[in-house]
Amino acid sequence: MSTRVVTRPSGMSVAPMSRMLGASLKARAQFYRRSPLFLVFSMVLPLMFYALFGTVFAPKSGAPEFFAYLLGSYGAYAVSSIMIFNIGIGVATARAQKIDVLQRATPLPGWVAIASEIVTAMGVAVVSLIPLFIFGAAYGHVQLSAARWLLLVVSLVFGALPVLGLGLAIGYGASANNAPALANLIYLPMSFLSGLFIPLAIMPDWIQKIGVWFPTYHYGQLAWNSVGQGKEEPLWAILWLIVWAAVLFGIAARFYRRDQTRKFA
Amino acid sequence: MTVAELRGVTKRFGPVEALKGIDLDIPEGELLALLGPNGAGKTTAIGMMLGLRRPSSGTVKLFGLDPGDRRARSRCGVMLQESGVNQTLSVSELVNLFRAYYPNPMSADRAIALAGLEPEAKKPVAKLSGGQKQRLYYALAVAGDPEVIFLDEPTVGMDVESRRTFLESIKNFAGNGRTIVLTTHYLDEADELARRIVVVDRGLVVADGTPDFIKSKVAGRRVTFDSDRALTEADFEGLPRKRLEISGQRAKILTDQPEEILRALFQRGLAIKNLSVVGADLEEAFLALTAHDKAKAGESGAAEPDSSALEEVNR
Repeated sequence: MSTRVVTRPSGMSVAPMSRMLGASLKARAQFYRRSPLFLVFSMVLPLMFYALFGTVFAPKSGAPEFFAYLLGSYGAYAVSSIMIFNIGIGVATARAQKIDVLQRATPLPGWVAIASEIVTAMGVAVVSLIPLFIFGAAYGHVQLSAARWLLLVVSLVFGALPVLGLGLAIGYGASANNAPALANLIYLPMSFLSGLFIPLAIMPDWIQKIGVWFPTYHYGQLAWNSVGQGKEEPLWAILWLIVWAAVLFGIAARFYRRDQTRKFA
Repeated sequence: MTVAELRGVTKRFGPVEALKGIDLDIPEGELLALLGPNGAGKTTAIGMMLGLRRPSSGTVKLFGLDPGDRRARSRCGVMLQESGVNQTLSVSELVNLFRAYYPNPMSADRAIALAGLEPEAKKPVAKLSGGQKQRLYYALAVAGDPEVIFLDEPTVGMDVESRRTFLESIKNFAGNGRTIVLTTHYLDEADELARRIVVVDRGLVVADGTPDFIKSKVAGRRVTFDSDRALTEADFEGLPRKRLEISGQRAKILTDQPEEILRALFQRGLAIKNLSVVGADLEEAFLALTAHDKAKAGESGAAEPDSSALEEVNR
């Protein structure tokens, strides 16, 4: 946005950024409160998988470790599905309803709207972890130090940045009709091949060989590492995630610019 | 102080030339209507002033600034034709959201009251009727207590009654030195609200003046009748007509003085059957105003199916 000063008539000012950001966050929160189904889905599905898979496949000995491992898997699944579905479909829908057109005519900087969407999605992601954590601790007897619980949350939230980039790319690149299908088509196989649904250890070799290329694999490694069961050095995982984030945000930015040119050139 | 200024603005969308060189100054306090048929370029012109569209050539200034400048936008309220809001939020939640975008907003209650939406304040947008949605967009446009509001076809989807009260509300809001820029394709709407009407057609400003001036040029009556013989132009020699259209025994005359015309025709002893005298519709008025010649009228096809004997006079 241009900040070039042409003239400066007296009394010209803009609303404080903090107020714009605060109000945008509040509006997102109101939106989530009005759409309880959105929340239920992002909480219930991962919890269901966690409970089912954990109960069916838990070994006789070492069950708490197994449940801790799955906590990393399904935590990653929960958070990344929020990033890709809530953000991806949310942005695509906003574009379809031309919410961005009216917004563009107001003094609100474009990034504030996007940032508030991302921040609330992260908030929702953290909330969606709560039932998983409670189930893991109560039923699976997962015992972690406070530091590791915290590390798990931080890894899950920030390790999801590449998937957030993917969500934005879908949101700006796909139509509202295609976004949900596209999100599923990309995200589900990718999560499966990365071992987020079923541990890689019990999958065929060739799947493991493919899996390591996906961002969700390294995301999972980061999560498993924070419960003490990662196979990859966290530093490597982080490096992989940074590269993937750069690529996916780059693609998202291209789609964003294309969308802007179409509408506002 | 000039609110908006367009200089030699053109806009091309691929092969379509939406604006062909528009010059326009909108001083502070102006109540201006951009009047024109669909596809005339009104929305594009407003989009330029708001920085929603970039001109292909020429310059656009809003409060002396680039229209994309947030300081300029902070002084404007906007009601667009094709735009949306989050459907799950309620009226008051949305008004409060938009208030936060502006440096000196009015109270949410006042914005909602100006739009006449008090009973719907707690309703989610998805549950509003078409007319109520239009009024919500109006509430959002005034929420920032702007110096100027841009209204693109604001009364679309409103019934006659709510349209009247809505225009009344805009007039009240405009009262204290605020600037209003609205687009419409209703002459009466422009007449009711504006002190200045700019007629846009096919990407050009074709007239610019007070409502009375514009009306004197476009408003008129349409006199239609059949005679008992084939008519010629000679039958209408010297009559105060704006436009004449003859097809066989049938004549269609656009005029300000239907009485004069009829008196003269009766005096000339012309047989008149199936007479009707009605208000000219805007499409005809524009044709009279914009001097589309025969060839062009033929080109535009469906708009003028029987343009066989189309003539323009007295302009």
